[in-house]
Amino acid sequence: MGRTLAQKIWDSHVVHRADGEPDLLYIDLHLIHEVTSAQAFDGLRLAGRGVRRPDLTVATEDHNVPTLGVSGPGLPLTGPGSPVTDPVSRVQVETLRKNCAEFGIRLFPMGDAGQGIVHVISPQQGLTQPGMTIVCGDSHTSTHGALGALAFGIGTYEVEHVLATQTLPQQPPAQMAVNVTGDLPYGVTAKDLILAVIAKIGTGGGVGHVIEYRGEALRNLSMAGRLTVCNMSIEAGARAGLIAPDDTTFSYLEGRPHAPRGAGWEAALDYWRSLPTDADAPFDREVTLDAAALTPFVTWGTNPGQAAPLTSSVPDPDTMDDAGDRATALRALTYMDLTPGTPLTDIQVNTVFVGSCTNGRLEDLRAAADVLRGKKVADGVRMLVVPGSMDVKAAAEREGLDEVFTAAGAQWRSAGCSMCLGMNPDTMAPGERSASTSNRNFEGRQGKGSRTHLVSPQVAAATAVTGRLTAPADL
Amino acid sequence: MEPFTTHTGRAIPLRRSNVDTDQIIPAEYLKRVSRIGFADGLFAAWRADPGFILNQPVADGATVLVAGPDFGIGSSREHAVWALSDYGFRAVISARFGDIFRNNATKAGLLPVPVSPQFAESLQDALEVTPDTEVTVDLVAREVRVAAPGGPVELSAPFDIDDYTRWRLMEGLDDISLTLRYADEITSFEEDRPHWLPTADAVA
Ligand code: SF4
Repeated sequence: MGRTLAQKIWDSHVVHRADGEPDLLYIDLHLIHEVTSAQAFDGLRLAGRGVRRPDLTVATEDHNVPTLGVSGPGLPLTGPGSPVTDPVSRVQVETLRKNCAEFGIRLFPMGDAGQGIVHVISPQQGLTQPGMTIVCGDSHTSTHGALGALAFGIGTYEVEHVLATQTLPQQPPAQMAVNVTGDLPYGVTAKDLILAVIAKIGTGGGVGHVIEYRGEALRNLSMAGRLTVCNMSIEAGARAGLIAPDDTTFSYLEGRPHAPRGAGWEAALDYWRSLPTDADAPFDREVTLDAAALTPFVTWGTNPGQAAPLTSSVPDPDTMDDAGDRATALRALTYMDLTPGTPLTDIQVNTVFVGSCTNGRLEDLRAAADVLRGKKVADGVRMLVVPGSMDVKAAAEREGLDEVFTAAGAQWRSAGCSMCLGMNPDTMAPGERSASTSNRNFEGRQGKGSRTHLVSPQVAAATAVTGRLTAPADL
Repeated sequence: MEPFTTHTGRAIPLRRSNVDTDQIIPAEYLKRVSRIGFADGLFAAWRADPGFILNQPVADGATVLVAGPDFGIGSSREHAVWALSDYGFRAVISARFGDIFRNNATKAGLLPVPVSPQFAESLQDALEVTPDTEVTVDLVAREVRVAAPGGPVELSAPFDIDDYTRWRLMEGLDDISLTLRYADEITSFEEDRPHWLPTADAVA
């Protein structure tokens, strides 16, 4: 019987298999950041253990660091001239630096040319490759599946486990296929596609599963679009999301700093071409979606599954069949301060955020800039554009995208997680409402009492111009 | 890790579904570099509401949380587990858990107890009528039992947990020591890895 892409990667990474035990999987790449690693290093020290493979471990500073005043590398963490003003954040970043120095781990510090959001920098450097197992103490590790890697988020105890052993005990996941037939219509993006998938299967729809995204629509997506899709797999509860490697993947990787070269490249290509799911491989669950029928999607509620076409209205909980859905929707509408029946395009926002590991890549910034070029951000709206990495920032500036944004009245920042989560200086005040290209619209995600509508970069930019949720086609 | 075999305690109902880990502990609490002291951040935003269940006298001393379906979705933050444990919870009962949360919980000695949505609801109903109801989470028998203090069992349900995790919890074993038994196998696996796989070393 044939095997899926995920099963092939799994099988080739089993270090130890025994009845009644989880498989012990080898981990090819371990990504770490300041928020979920400190306690893991402490655990190592307490047990007198070292890091088994510092050379397979890469660290970056992303969640906590400010995006203002970070002009370049080498900025101090303390004293005058330091952009870090919060003492607790400073301790966390300092702790990461000390831990990386002590254990010999490569770190991309704030302002460094290689620094950025952990899920943006690794593909960009060619560290993420097809067929690899990749973990990180961060749920959006699923992002790396876009290149055909098996990548999943782990907790801090597991971070310690990987540091100590370069392996993880894991129960095999169930296999799920999301088949997206047809092609995305003009103006409909990877973000709209994944929001529609989550709305269809629900926030728990992928629990216990690895999702393989398949079909024409995925084949036609650029690598940036694929990264956006796989990024939000966790929002459907899935352990990982993957897309089979193909020519798009190979040409994306070729020549990147950590991609194989010469004979290694040829050997790698042979292996990568053997990875796609066999024709007769069974899936435990299959879902099909027609891309051609999609339109721009936005969220109206407080979980990413509460999403609808931008052309529709705030749903009426009373019309929902399931009592649980009804209760959750009612709560969400109260929190979001929305009335059933209101057209989504009537919803006014005061904040627009373009960035995050979902939509902080160069293509995303280009798409937003294309909408914004020659226009102005509406009065009373603050727009933050935050590149996913310093490399994306530099590339965008070479193309003059920064000028498009600043001329429109948006703020152009340095790399980091920024307003995706409320733990660095970029937060929203209670009651503020955003159109955000990030991945989570949970209560208070962007700051206590903040209200989030998840959108694509294009819709974010159009919304900035009008001050209410807007599709670019309606400008 | 402390072994977990069976636990009896008072439970409180949390009548919400899709409780994400951002709600269990908001990001602003994640800046700490210790594993302890997260209880004050537990459900921090919801605790601002005096009517919230954790602000009721019945929450004092409760050790079991009975939540709606899809508990612990979202972020991988293990701080969510630490906060629940720090507050005094030993087990969480729900119809379905986020995968990473469930995994994290079993590594840190907090037992995730998956039951049917109907059972979770009946249990929540029972707790609302009789707050001093005692809930026993029996990992040995893989069963939840509900009774008035000193009374006969009124409700019970089996729950699923894989043999290995159950054994590890019952013995209080930590995964890293278990894995290190296979250090030689890890070494020989490493010897066979393709040479072209990337390392983090600086490249020219
Ligand atoms: S950008 Fe947001 S989702 Fe992505 S790693 Fe940072 S905080 Fe997490």
